[in-house]
Amino acid sequence: MDMIGYIYEDCLANNNIPAYFRKTALRSAMKEQIMAEIIQVQNLKKYYSIPIRGEGLKESVRSLFFRQMREVKAIDDISFSLEEGEIVGFLGPNGAGKTSTLKTLSGLLHPSSGEVKTLGYTPWQREPNFLRQITLVMGNRNQLQWDIPALDSFELNRAIYNIPRAQFMQLRDELMDLLELKDLAQKPIRNLSLGERMKMELVGSLLHRPKILFLDEPTLGLDVSMQRKIREFIAEYNRRYGAAVLLTSHYMADVEALCKRVIIIHHGKIIFTGGLHELANRFSSHKTITISFIEPPEHIEDYGEITEREENTVKMRVNKNEIAAVSAALFQKFQIGDITIEEPPIEDVIDTLFSAKDQIVEKSSDGIR
Amino acid sequence: MVYVNYYLTMIKIAIIQQFQYRVAYYFYTFGMIAEPLIYLVVWTTIANAGGGTVGGMSAGAFAAYYIVWTLVRTMNISFTPFGWEDRIRMGQLTSMLLKPIHPIHSDLAFFGGEKIPNIIMWLPIAVVLSLIFHPIFAPSPLGVFVFIISIWLAFIIRTIALWLLGMITFWTTRVSAIFDLYFAFELILSGRLVPLTLLPQWAQNISLFLPFQWTFNFPIETIAGNYSNTQLWLGLGMQILWIAVGSLALQFFWKRALKQFTSVGN
Repeated sequence: MDMIGYIYEDCLANNNIPAYFRKTALRSAMKEQIMAEIIQVQNLKKYYSIPIRGEGLKESVRSLFFRQMREVKAIDDISFSLEEGEIVGFLGPNGAGKTSTLKTLSGLLHPSSGEVKTLGYTPWQREPNFLRQITLVMGNRNQLQWDIPALDSFELNRAIYNIPRAQFMQLRDELMDLLELKDLAQKPIRNLSLGERMKMELVGSLLHRPKILFLDEPTLGLDVSMQRKIREFIAEYNRRYGAAVLLTSHYMADVEALCKRVIIIHHGKIIFTGGLHELANRFSSHKTITISFIEPPEHIEDYGEITEREENTVKMRVNKNEIAAVSAALFQKFQIGDITIEEPPIEDVIDTLFSAKDQIVEKSSDGIR
Repeated sequence: MVYVNYYLTMIKIAIIQQFQYRVAYYFYTFGMIAEPLIYLVVWTTIANAGGGTVGGMSAGAFAAYYIVWTLVRTMNISFTPFGWEDRIRMGQLTSMLLKPIHPIHSDLAFFGGEKIPNIIMWLPIAVVLSLIFHPIFAPSPLGVFVFIISIWLAFIIRTIALWLLGMITFWTTRVSAIFDLYFAFELILSGRLVPLTLLPQWAQNISLFLPFQWTFNFPIETIAGNYSNTQLWLGLGMQILWIAVGSLALQFFWKRALKQFTSVGN
């Protein structure tokens, strides 16, 4: 039974509480649950029909008269939720359905079936009150006016979202300070570098103080230092304003720095939901041990698979179940200056996971044939 | 209030952008004058050769028609249906759809804003052309009033019409042939190629039931002074009627178009 169920039963059972207070308690509990889960997705599907054309002139002519369509399952029956203020990583290989999901949740796409509530609204009904509370930033797309300085574009956003001027100025300056953009405000967008443009995009997208940020690869193509700045900014914005963030990124550094929870999607289906630590625990059979020896070690390869070796420092992969035994044996046999035991890099875990899933899909389709 | 604020800001941005590309703007203005000048020279020559008039229009009447033509043509400019494919492919529509305001307001405000410097630029051109071609204008005060209103209503009608046309792109790409056919009809039945009074009666009758002449011929004739007061009010009524019909059609098809929108790759 969920939280509302308990409170409801409790209220009904307790006749000492006046009816008015029972109802009020129930209402506020329901409101709390609705507020807590700001995105609820149930059995969401998005299928596309795509025309298939063969190669060559003959096939082109044939396709004029006999049009063949193929169904692509971009999103295939997924369910998940997102809570207020939560930052969730939405991960998957190219074409997994990440962007389609983000577009459906932000009201750009009509789903084939399923239910979605974003902030209590059905996104594809595109109610202005809903659109005022969300933002979608795509790393590879420009939403600001290309030919004019960012300040003028921001002014347009102020008008669109009807932001009171004092609030607009205060937030605009605050965001520009955070991203160190003050000197660039007068330059037309087309004269900015990719990274500067991305930072301006973020400011423009947040001026109306959205409650949900859909970020589709916001650090795409940026250098390491710029990626870090954007990550820090997202974390700071989340801390200051409590906005929920659903983030897709191929850079695991983004995900590790920002997300306590990840949702992994593959071939349109969710294959994992949980913390990064849990992901590593569940899908990785190894851990990485880095040992600094006092003297050069001999026959160290007997203890695990060596992945890096530099003078007296060795990095090796050891089966998760043997970690304790191997560590003890190492301490017994060698003089050790330092030792660290880490989960494997998250990229490796996810890569292993996708490869395994691909093999399952290939096997099952072999079976069908 | 939101819309007033939005329109004012967008108009300001449109004007800023116009001045960002000054050279392109001058070429655009020159291009806008070239077409009517050719028509004007041809028709004036024909009129002079035919004893001073063609179909009841004198050289001075032709001059008046084509000088006002230059302004009305500018007022007719809106987002081209050919641009919808790029708008969808490049993700501009995605960006527009994320805003809590219907995207048509963006086009109305932006292209409307561009008209302001265009009108200012047109005034000296009209003076020079008048000095060369000696137009004959005989507008009533009501005619002038209706003209000022009608050029803006013409802009709204054409924006809606081009939107409806462009929205075909949601269902199928490669629609250039349909657009070209539409523009061919528009060229003839709007009064852009020749004044409608020079067309055969059957063509004039057909044009009565189409929106084209209310975007072009009607505003020109109001300032030329060829309409009675009743015709002026009726013309305004027809423009408003076409805006209402177009808006309803837009509402109907827009909802359906958005269901088709796949937003793939952008």
